[in-house]
Amino acid sequence: MIFGAGVDVGSTQTKAVIVDETRRIVARSLIATGANVTKAGENAFVKAFEAAGLPREAVGYVVGTGYGRYKVTFGDAQITEITCHARGAQSLFPATRTVIDMGGQDTKAIKVGPDGSVVDFSMNDKCAAGTGRFLSAAADVTGVGLDEIGPLSLEAKSPVRLTSVCTVFVESDIMSYLAQRKTIEDILGGVHKAIATRTMSLIRRVGVEDEITFTGGVSLNIGMVKALEEVLGKPLNVSAEGHFMGALGAALFALERAQAGARGETVAVGAGRS
Amino acid sequence: MLVAGIDIGSGTTKCVLVDGTGAVRGRGLVKTKADFEKVSREALEAAQADTRAAGDAVVYTATTGLGRYAIPFRDIQITDLTCGARGAVTACPEAQYVLDIGAQCSRAIKVREGGKVKEFHMNEKCAAGSGGFLERAAKYLEVTVADIGPLSLGAATPQAISSVCAVLAETEIINHVSEGVTVENILRGIHNSLADRALSLLKRVGLDGPVAFIGGVAQQEGMVVALREKLGVPVHVPDGPEFTAALGAALLGLQRYRKVSAPAAA
Repeated sequence: MIFGAGVDVGSTQTKAVIVDETRRIVARSLIATGANVTKAGENAFVKAFEAAGLPREAVGYVVGTGYGRYKVTFGDAQITEITCHARGAQSLFPATRTVIDMGGQDTKAIKVGPDGSVVDFSMNDKCAAGTGRFLSAAADVTGVGLDEIGPLSLEAKSPVRLTSVCTVFVESDIMSYLAQRKTIEDILGGVHKAIATRTMSLIRRVGVEDEITFTGGVSLNIGMVKALEEVLGKPLNVSAEGHFMGALGAALFALERAQAGARGETVAVGAGRS
Repeated sequence: MLVAGIDIGSGTTKCVLVDGTGAVRGRGLVKTKADFEKVSREALEAAQADTRAAGDAVVYTATTGLGRYAIPFRDIQITDLTCGARGAVTACPEAQYVLDIGAQCSRAIKVREGGKVKEFHMNEKCAAGSGGFLERAAKYLEVTVADIGPLSLGAATPQAISSVCAVLAETEIINHVSEGVTVENILRGIHNSLADRALSLLKRVGLDGPVAFIGGVAQQEGMVVALREKLGVPVHVPDGPEFTAALGAALLGLQRYRKVSAPAAA
């Protein structure tokens, strides 16, 4: 049996996925990245093959991705997270033509070809608006858990208007809305709406295609899913694996290379499709 | 008699009292809280407690800053651009440009003679380039805001900071700390990057002469040095730069008071 592993070292969390020959996920792991990026990649990988009940040698090929991919020193190759998210999304939703990836510290809109390759992308890594960092700040100020803000935002009756989407200013904005006795639901409704509207301009730069898949940690937030669907005017593909999409894409690339290697073909080590 | 200028900013609320000659007689500063009226009264009381104010009555109150409309006891409200320009030119008569960096907003103003605003540009959309950036940085470097200026001055080799966003810079700063970069070098790097943003703001209003640097961030020596290096024009910092807009409000209030209280025949 041949296995491929993908390790996605994100700014906030590190994810690892192992797939078998049938491209089925056999194990996944998720840990906080923390300050030591190299260690995070290693730990996530170890956790994943242990969870699969596999010896380390059973994993034929490891692909690192994410912002810390070059610190995945034990890996065989590095591929950008843009390429990996596109590939992961296409494997679960084959008709995907646009991917929206909202992670811990950046947001990307990716235009995808029929084969899952990247045609074009647009990314915001200059400002924290719309990222997980923004949402956890909103959760902190309102005093609710990060996993609760999405469902609560759906209960909004008249969402507030935010004066800015700056994470720093949003904290004081929210505090003054709380002082005005606005409900947490209306505040969170306004927060999600503002971010969805802002993300729309990123998506427009690559074009809104027929089938859109939403990936990254923020895709687990139902409030953001609904807010994006509203501004887009169409439903989004969302998977329970949304968080692992980059690692999944990386694992699929790793599997392909492991298989090619097993067939005796030469594999270009380190030459990612990026 | 005294005239009060109260500047209700996003970070702090400042009050300056001037007498009939326009001389400063008292200053007070309190942290801004949700109740703008209350903090304004506190700032006013703090200024009145200043010994120079000596129990004279406040006959007129001008407000400025983001909370200027929320003060029921005001006689007039004036924009912070107008007040900042007037205060800056009073304190630094040679200034042709004003750079005002506060807690949430940074502004570049080109002034006409007499301290009137000719042109301005501002960033109020995000915390990049504002005092909020420094405040957050101080928090994760575990230093007080008051320490930032002197520490930054002591930097030997400033660390370049590439993140513009105050929130995303946090990760970058933490990485630098874990790599052993000194707090001094990081703070000076932040000052350098804020100075770069200030320069692009000032360029939009055509920077070609002396600048008065006002607002709370102007208290930080490291920032002043960084600006002097980047701007290539003289940079003046008035005494108590955080009170400049409140001073402008008091002086404009005095002018207005004279007009409304003068006998019709005069």
